[in-house]
Amino acid sequence: MGFYFTQFLTGLASASSLFLVAAGLSIIFGVTRIVNLAHGSFYMLGAYIAYSIVTSIDVGPVGFWLAVLAAAVAVGLIGVAVEMLLLRRIYHAPEMFQLLATFGVVLVVQDAALAIWGPADKLGPRAPGLDGAVRIFGELVPQYDLAMIVLGPLVLGAIWLLFHKTRWGTLVRAATQDRQMLGALGANQKVLFTSVFFAGAALAGLGGAAQVPREAVSLFTDLNIIAEAFVIVVVGGMGSILGAFLAAVLISELNAFGILIFPQITLVLMFLVMAVILVVRPWGLLGRPEFIARGPGEMPEAPYRPADGRLKLLGLAALLLLVAVPLAGDDFLMVLMVDVLLLALFATSLHFIMGPGGMVSFGHAAYFGLGAYGAAMLTKLLDTPMELAVAGGIAAAAAGAVVFGWFCVRLSGVYFAMLTLAFAQIGWSVVFQWGDVTGGDDGILNVWPAAWASSRIVFYYLTLALCTGAILFMRHLLYAPFGYGLRAGRDSPLRAEAIGIDVRMRQWHGFILAGAMSGLAGSLYAFSKGSVFPDIMAIPQSIDGLMMVLLGGVKTLSGPYVGAAAFHLLEDQISRLEFWRAILGVTILFLVIVFPQGLVGFLRQRLSRDEAAP
Amino acid sequence: MAETGTDPPLLSVEGLHSYYGRAHILSGVSLSVARGEVVVLLGRNGAGKTTTLKCIMGLVRPAEGRIRFQDEDIAGAAPYAVCRAGLAYVPEDRRIFTELTVMENLEVGRQKPRAGAPEWTPDRLFALFPNLAEMRNRLGGRMSGGEQQMLTIARSLMGNPSAILLDEPSEGLAPVIVEQMAQTVRELKAEGLTVILSEQNLHFANHVSDRAYIIEKGQIRYEGTMAALAADEDVRAAYLTV
Ligand SMILES: Nc1ncnc2c1ncn2[C@@H]1O[C@H](COP(=O)(O)OP(=O)(O)OP(=O)(O)O)[C@@H](O)[C@H]1O
Ligand SMILES: [Mg+2]
Repeated sequence: MGFYFTQFLTGLASASSLFLVAAGLSIIFGVTRIVNLAHGSFYMLGAYIAYSIVTSIDVGPVGFWLAVLAAAVAVGLIGVAVEMLLLRRIYHAPEMFQLLATFGVVLVVQDAALAIWGPADKLGPRAPGLDGAVRIFGELVPQYDLAMIVLGPLVLGAIWLLFHKTRWGTLVRAATQDRQMLGALGANQKVLFTSVFFAGAALAGLGGAAQVPREAVSLFTDLNIIAEAFVIVVVGGMGSILGAFLAAVLISELNAFGILIFPQITLVLMFLVMAVILVVRPWGLLGRPEFIARGPGEMPEAPYRPADGRLKLLGLAALLLLVAVPLAGDDFLMVLMVDVLLLALFATSLHFIMGPGGMVSFGHAAYFGLGAYGAAMLTKLLDTPMELAVAGGIAAAAAGAVVFGWFCVRLSGVYFAMLTLAFAQIGWSVVFQWGDVTGGDDGILNVWPAAWASSRIVFYYLTLALCTGAILFMRHLLYAPFGYGLRAGRDSPLRAEAIGIDVRMRQWHGFILAGAMSGLAGSLYAFSKGSVFPDIMAIPQSIDGLMMVLLGGVKTLSGPYVGAAAFHLLEDQISRLEFWRAILGVTILFLVIVFPQGLVGFLRQRLSRDEAAP
Repeated sequence: MAETGTDPPLLSVEGLHSYYGRAHILSGVSLSVARGEVVVLLGRNGAGKTTTLKCIMGLVRPAEGRIRFQDEDIAGAAPYAVCRAGLAYVPEDRRIFTELTVMENLEVGRQKPRAGAPEWTPDRLFALFPNLAEMRNRLGGRMSGGEQQMLTIARSLMGNPSAILLDEPSEGLAPVIVEQMAQTVRELKAEGLTVILSEQNLHFANHVSDRAYIIEKGQIRYEGTMAALAADEDVRAAYLTV
């Protein structure tokens, strides 16, 4: 009895920090409609800054809490800088660009944190004055946990007062419903947005800072926290602070007790709960349905043009060049080109759902990873021949897409993006934690191709054939009724339904197909490298995919392969540099702000301008 | 200004053009409103009334044209700046904050008092709209259409404007409420407020306005006093639904 009660208290204590992050995320989204991927980074910064203060100054019991507050304010100010320098430029950009831009911030913050605090985990000292333990029902409970249990509801109450008893709060709630009308009533949006960003970032910073005596902060903290915060916001309902609180408690208790029953797969439990809630209430426990509805989109996109003679010729020439690659007799080039081909397939499959399908997935690497792990595990555990293992990898990815996709296609816009990201992070965590089966961090080694395909040249041609075939297949589908239906569902779901297209079903099928194709790329990747590691299904890999599509241009069909090639060659260069993440982050920001139409889009614009000129 | 003998108009719009995407919605709208006047913009469905008002308010960016309000050039200014210059806007779809109470809705509209414009407080507004007084703490979403229409006007008045844009204030209201609305417009005029309203309902317009403009396909086709319009059967038949 006592034991379960302490476990319950531990759950409540953990809930507080998560609630703070999720509340901040939710408030920022409510007003600015931006889902801030860097919110986990704000949490991480709060923790690092608090750590630095409490380890460099000898703080007393009061000083400790002042340090926590100071860290929160510092993070709030960093948030203000991000808002004023970056987000102000992209409030009117499509959601995907906003998400990507905030991911650019994640990368920059990661490298900044690495430079300032180094790679080792940091665990702060115990909080002065709260460093003991209390006996409750015969079990010891840390005093600090009790303080955390108080902190959550305290902040919840403070937010409530702020929102209901101050003019600022009234304006924030009004902005959550109708920003434009608020402007017409004389409220300066710029000031409001910046102040809201300060508040949201400070809440995340507070969550991180308060966690310092309980949990070590590491450079992984940002993405772990953001995924958990997404789950909480999706479960609790976007825009609802009380919902965030309830969901934080629910998820934390689930973790606290799940660990007793299935220590390895608490995340699976979390997934199940999230799944059940989303089926019953797609907009979350206390959310509002309108947030998940598709907003008034951009202008409908121009239809894709079938390749004209010139483009076909160009494609053929590219293919001939690819066929000729082994003639160069350069092994390194062949390895590089295998990577490029696999990434091109990965990016094309992502583009398949996100361009024509309008479903911007922030977790597409999950299916790449499922394919790779599926193939690798079949090979290692069952000694399956390569051909079967590749088929198995595709099947694993497709099965994952069947399950995850079923939930995801029920949502749209940022909700879709958040859910795909959360699922992918769950997949990554399972692979990472379930060491007995997946090898955990050590990965799975010695996954070599079958004897007939073991020579570099044969494997290269095998990859070339499969990737080209798969890419052409997807391209073909887009010009077939399947693709028209997908695009109709993207541009005008209601009208598509009216002419008898089951949009959700069509999107689900598209999602599964894209997952399977990504799985094909993943399983070939496993054989090309001879090993797999959890990294290949982590969030950065998903973002890489988005970068490739973006670099090539979302609105073009040939963008993904051009983008994949450009991205990989670029990454190959910069990943040798020390602060490559920050460089990549800045590149993302640059692309989003200056170059949103992508390479192919840019070239096409130039071409048509030249043609239009007399 | 006073030296010239005639006051310059409070609001003047010249050669306004506006597009939604490629659709040319307004092609050269011009109008001018004197201080203290009640002017109605009449026109059929889709004629461009709402777009004109939104352009003036800064909610739609005009592609071309000049908008002057109290000697300030407000074309292309942000809505909040236009509001702070003393121009209030009441949208046709009301846009009440449904999860805020009546009092909170009023608070959102509150701005500093302005020299030369009537000053409003919740109490004065409750005197103007007695039924709102009885539901101070009711959520905006729980009010009837007529009550919401009163609230949206009251909310805009909280900004202490010198002029107010009312987009189809009588639309969708029961006859009794429409009568009340006409009374309200007359009271606003008596307070010294300038009123620019858009209407399809000629009957309502006749009751409250001094002067009318008729807009059709994004162009002003007629301008005259209400009396002149009443006498001109051809114009009414050509541009207004009867
Ligand atoms: N957001 C929009 N996008 C594209 N076209 C629009 C948009 N809003 C209005 N329009 C078009 O602009 C034209 C003018 O519309 P507007 O709303 O100004 O007319 P209105 O005179 O206010 O009509 P109503 O009496 O129906 O309110 C119409 O043809 C309408 O279809
Ligand atoms: Mg209208």
